[in-house]
Amino acid sequence: MSPTSPLALSARRIRAIFRRHAYLLLASWPRLLELVYWPAVQMLLWGYLTLFLQEQSGLVARAGGLFLSAVLLWDTLFRGQLGVAICFLEEMYARHLGHLFVSPLRPWELVVAIFAISLMRVLIGVGGAALLAVPIFAFSLPHALGWALLPFFAILLAFGWAIGLVIVGLVLRLGLAAENLAWGAIFLLQPISGVYYPVEVLPEPLEAIAWCLPSAAVFEGMRAVLIEGRFDTGLLGQALATLALWLAIGAASFSALFRAARRRGLLLQVGE
Amino acid sequence: MTAEPAIRVEGLVKRFGTVEAVAGLDLDVPAGRIVALLGPNGAGKTTTIAMLLGLLEPTAGRIRVLGRPMPEARFEVLPRLNFSSPYVDLPLRLTVRQNLLVYADLYGLADPTGRIAELARTLELEPLLDRPTGKLSAGQKTRLHLAKALINDPDLLLLDEPTASLDPDSADRLRTHLSRWQRARGATILLASHNMGEVERLADLVLLMKAGRLVDRGTPRELLARYGRRTLEEVFLDVARDRRAADAA
Repeated sequence: MSPTSPLALSARRIRAIFRRHAYLLLASWPRLLELVYWPAVQMLLWGYLTLFLQEQSGLVARAGGLFLSAVLLWDTLFRGQLGVAICFLEEMYARHLGHLFVSPLRPWELVVAIFAISLMRVLIGVGGAALLAVPIFAFSLPHALGWALLPFFAILLAFGWAIGLVIVGLVLRLGLAAENLAWGAIFLLQPISGVYYPVEVLPEPLEAIAWCLPSAAVFEGMRAVLIEGRFDTGLLGQALATLALWLAIGAASFSALFRAARRRGLLLQVGE
Repeated sequence: MTAEPAIRVEGLVKRFGTVEAVAGLDLDVPAGRIVALLGPNGAGKTTTIAMLLGLLEPTAGRIRVLGRPMPEARFEVLPRLNFSSPYVDLPLRLTVRQNLLVYADLYGLADPTGRIAELARTLELEPLLDRPTGKLSAGQKTRLHLAKALINDPDLLLLDEPTASLDPDSADRLRTHLSRWQRARGATILLASHNMGEVERLADLVLLMKAGRLVDRGTPRELLARYGRRTLEEVFLDVARDRRAADAA
């Protein structure tokens, strides 16, 4: 591939944005520590709860990794979404968007770069917590879920990206007043995603909403693997179908809100 | 045959609700010149620059930059232009070198290290390359912003208040560098500034805006003669206070 071909130039622009955030992250140990801190705290909490419940509940005794798998997979979704939103917020705090959008960087290249950074943040944060679980609770996530971990991880990460795109679009359109969405919006989905319990315990209207979320199908699929020892391809299909819908919603929202921001002159006005 | 101007704007309008920030602007910026865009606060200069850069969609009118329509052809035009503004920053936690490397990649430079070394030498940034941007003085930061703006050796450079917050010595060095670069490169510079001394020294042509419209244009000498004034600052005040050229004279 020629270094001046459109594809090579796109790859360099994506690398530029990845580099910008990698420089920021790798130069700051508090930022790195923060990535691992919350997933590790959550993992410890649910790990000790599991140790206690194993003596009380036959189900937990049989499927010891139920809560630990759930908390680590939930953090994949949460950190994936947060990674997208934080990258964008960093550009707004730095009053840097004007320079980026006057460079040849395409919006889709910015989005791809931000997804790559989000993946790096998830691997450091959730990966770090998963590694800690091995010596502390003798629990290995890849061992517990086997190859099913790959689709579960990928679907939850991509769902986090889709929600992240909607939030980024809203922050662009509404300004930093909407930044709290980055931290809190995803938790609206946690109770209806069936992270720690089956979706069937929800009231009927909520259960119907839950099945519109790829996360609900993934966590049901996770329980099928851990409790029944089987991989449910029907749930995988449902997760992929709803994920496609959410990715389309995320892309359309970002695109529409970005256009609105350009129409209203908000791209130069962002900042604290 | 006359060369196509670097920027051609026809009937440009931008409305924000009921406010008309740019109200039917027509202007040409000839290629290879330093052109100053002047006007009182609220004249529509920043809004115009944002539309030229493709950061803001016009309500009506046509813009051609470097011979291509904007914002439709923005990705053909953007690699050939650059800009600097005190209202937009570079990430403060990145070092000078890291910021320049990021922009070298964004513009697809063939030799990023060589280009950064060259800019660092000419803009006196060499001892600062590994210093975080947030730890630079105002003058050093402005030189970094200029290095970023020159990294792709643009055909067209848009500068909004390039020497704002600089002491006279730093501002003078920066103007000298800009002037040398422009002469050597033959590039076009569109400069928005409230520093009339700077405009008199740098600009080949002055465009005067008020209330979203172009109200006058000419070389600094032509404007001084037309308004019967000794400085551009006096001309600026005449325009800002609605004194016509004939009345002022």
